[in-house]
Amino acid sequence: MITDFWLHPSLILIVGAFILPFLPKWLKRPYLVIVPTLAFLDVLSMQAQHGNFGMVRFLDWYLTFGRVDALSMVFAYIMTLMCIIGTIYGLHVEEDFQHVAAWLYVAGSLGVIFCGDYMVLFLFWELMAFSSVFLVWFRRRPQSLAVGYRYLLVHTAGGLLLLAGIVLRYQATGGDISFNLLSDAAGSLAGFSSHDLFNVSLPTFLIMLGFILNAAVPPLHAWLPDAYGEATVTGAVFMCAFTTKTAVYALARACAGMDILVVLGVCMALYGVVYAVLENDSRRLLAYHIISQVGYMVAGCGIGTAMAINGAVAHAFAHILYKGLLFMGCGSVLYMTGKSKFTELGGLYKKMPKAFVFTMIGGLSISAFPLFSGFVSKSMIVAAGFEEHIYWAAFLLTLASAGTFLHTGLKVPYFIWFGKNNCSQETWDKAADPPWNMQLAMGIAAFLCIFIGCYTPYLYNMLPNQEEAHHYAQLVYGRYHVSESLQILLFTAVGFFLLIKKLAPEPKISIDLDWFYRMGGRGFLWLAKKPIQWADSCVSEGYRYVGLIPLMTTAGFWSWFDWHAIDGVVDGLAKTVRGVGGLVRRAQSGQLQYNIFFAVSIVAVALVLYVFA
Amino acid sequence: MLVKLIDFFRDRLKLVIRLSYVGLALLVVWDVLFVSKEHAHTAVEHIPGFWAVFGFIACVVIIIVSKWYGHLGIMTREDYYDN
Repeated sequence: MITDFWLHPSLILIVGAFILPFLPKWLKRPYLVIVPTLAFLDVLSMQAQHGNFGMVRFLDWYLTFGRVDALSMVFAYIMTLMCIIGTIYGLHVEEDFQHVAAWLYVAGSLGVIFCGDYMVLFLFWELMAFSSVFLVWFRRRPQSLAVGYRYLLVHTAGGLLLLAGIVLRYQATGGDISFNLLSDAAGSLAGFSSHDLFNVSLPTFLIMLGFILNAAVPPLHAWLPDAYGEATVTGAVFMCAFTTKTAVYALARACAGMDILVVLGVCMALYGVVYAVLENDSRRLLAYHIISQVGYMVAGCGIGTAMAINGAVAHAFAHILYKGLLFMGCGSVLYMTGKSKFTELGGLYKKMPKAFVFTMIGGLSISAFPLFSGFVSKSMIVAAGFEEHIYWAAFLLTLASAGTFLHTGLKVPYFIWFGKNNCSQETWDKAADPPWNMQLAMGIAAFLCIFIGCYTPYLYNMLPNQEEAHHYAQLVYGRYHVSESLQILLFTAVGFFLLIKKLAPEPKISIDLDWFYRMGGRGFLWLAKKPIQWADSCVSEGYRYVGLIPLMTTAGFWSWFDWHAIDGVVDGLAKTVRGVGGLVRRAQSGQLQYNIFFAVSIVAVALVLYVFA
Repeated sequence: MLVKLIDFFRDRLKLVIRLSYVGLALLVVWDVLFVSKEHAHTAVEHIPGFWAVFGFIACVVIIIVSKWYGHLGIMTREDYYDN
């Protein structure tokens, strides 16, 4: 039956990614636009019929690859759309594997969005981590490799927490793997009560930990600025959109109403703001602001009412676009000049005016200026907090939004395009507006940021809880909300210009919680080098005296036997083995990242064959 | 063209700043006189210009607290993690 036909958009991207390297050069650019567009059209075609598709029997389980409902649709829509924009932004990149990694990464996100059970979720969750790490490694600076490994290490740990939660839950529920609202997650929806904070079972808690690690909730957040600041120019545009927002989707799906998320979300929103003040690298500053913005979404999931979930979803939607735009703007400065630090930039408005305007639009959107996208999304979460009488959370989130404007709307544009000119002559000469494809991608994102802000039905009609969305649509451009927002933002600007001397960038880095594993790793290395090596050499010395001499005598006999009897048989075998070994060696360059890449590719292909063949 | 426009404003910076102050004042006046407070969530929001004061104080507090925290030793030299 035709109505049963359902094509997973991840499949389009995975198959598309594997064909890409074999295409002739002239075909590559059109192909790069066509494949994500097909995935987007595929998602659009699903709007007509919701339900479960792509059900596969595997061992004792029924796996669901395609749960299509309002919540998964809105995330899939924006993620495939962002995939088009991000690929256009990276159209000039000649290295195929950067595109392959990016597409597999998006495929991982979409797989999580559409999955209906934890088995499939975990599979795609890991695909996301293992493909996105290449977007860091492809930067190819000396430190990129180390950053990538740290990123992988943290995500593997998070994945294991998640897996442990899934397995324990499977056992506790007697075989339930469905990915739905965790039954003990929803706290008292009627109101916030602190005694419910830790009232969850261990499996639920572990699953939540796995999710919030990907959402970069402190203290599990330090991987984010570490990796996103180091990723390639185009890689960062992808990374800023997918990992954290997929985690927000998972939280909205499984952990809505968990009170602890309100606390964590508010802490996140403020934590990101504080570190953004101290940051000197523009892309790391934006990364800290992801933490801050995802804080709103996490808090929204924690509040858990229909309006708050709407807010979290709407904000994730708007955030993917404006944060992508900001990373594209700062990325184009990095691409053209090779610099991303405020202390090495400044006064560039004469050289890169268009990049300035686009970044400014992103800045105004993230700051929730009226007529820009953040205004219609962020406020929904804050309003939901007020409605639930969680006043401390609502006021602190409003405070954090002043910080957002302060940094992303004012500090980033001011210290890159105005302010003191710290550019070296070389930087200044290189600076110019970026190539056409980067400008086009920024133009599309900028248009959508303004369109969402001006025409609310576009976004609101996609939200999962329609009744609340229609209700809020009548309030969002009410006089009170506009006046409130303008006052907060404009008087924040006054504060910025009065205290601008204090905000002058300093060529420093800020120690974050990655200190523990970066320095802890060093402690381990010292331990391995000094005491353990000492113990090891003690043991081998002792062994030499006790074991070696008798062993040598016996070995003499066996070598005689071996020489005369066995060798004849083995020689023939050895030649064959050496031949095969030589073939395998060519596939292995000895670098772990290539091995991981091959392994992930093989798993992805096997998966596709298994499921869809 | 864009550059010319920016330069046009930069050449008249004093005027731009004055106009901005007038704009801010008008915003608060508009809020006090013409914006109904029926959608306010809490009692404090009925204080005239509450959100203006909130925004300004929020900004100052964020800058001062963050810088104080950074200078506790959190901000350090760029090659801190290098061997």
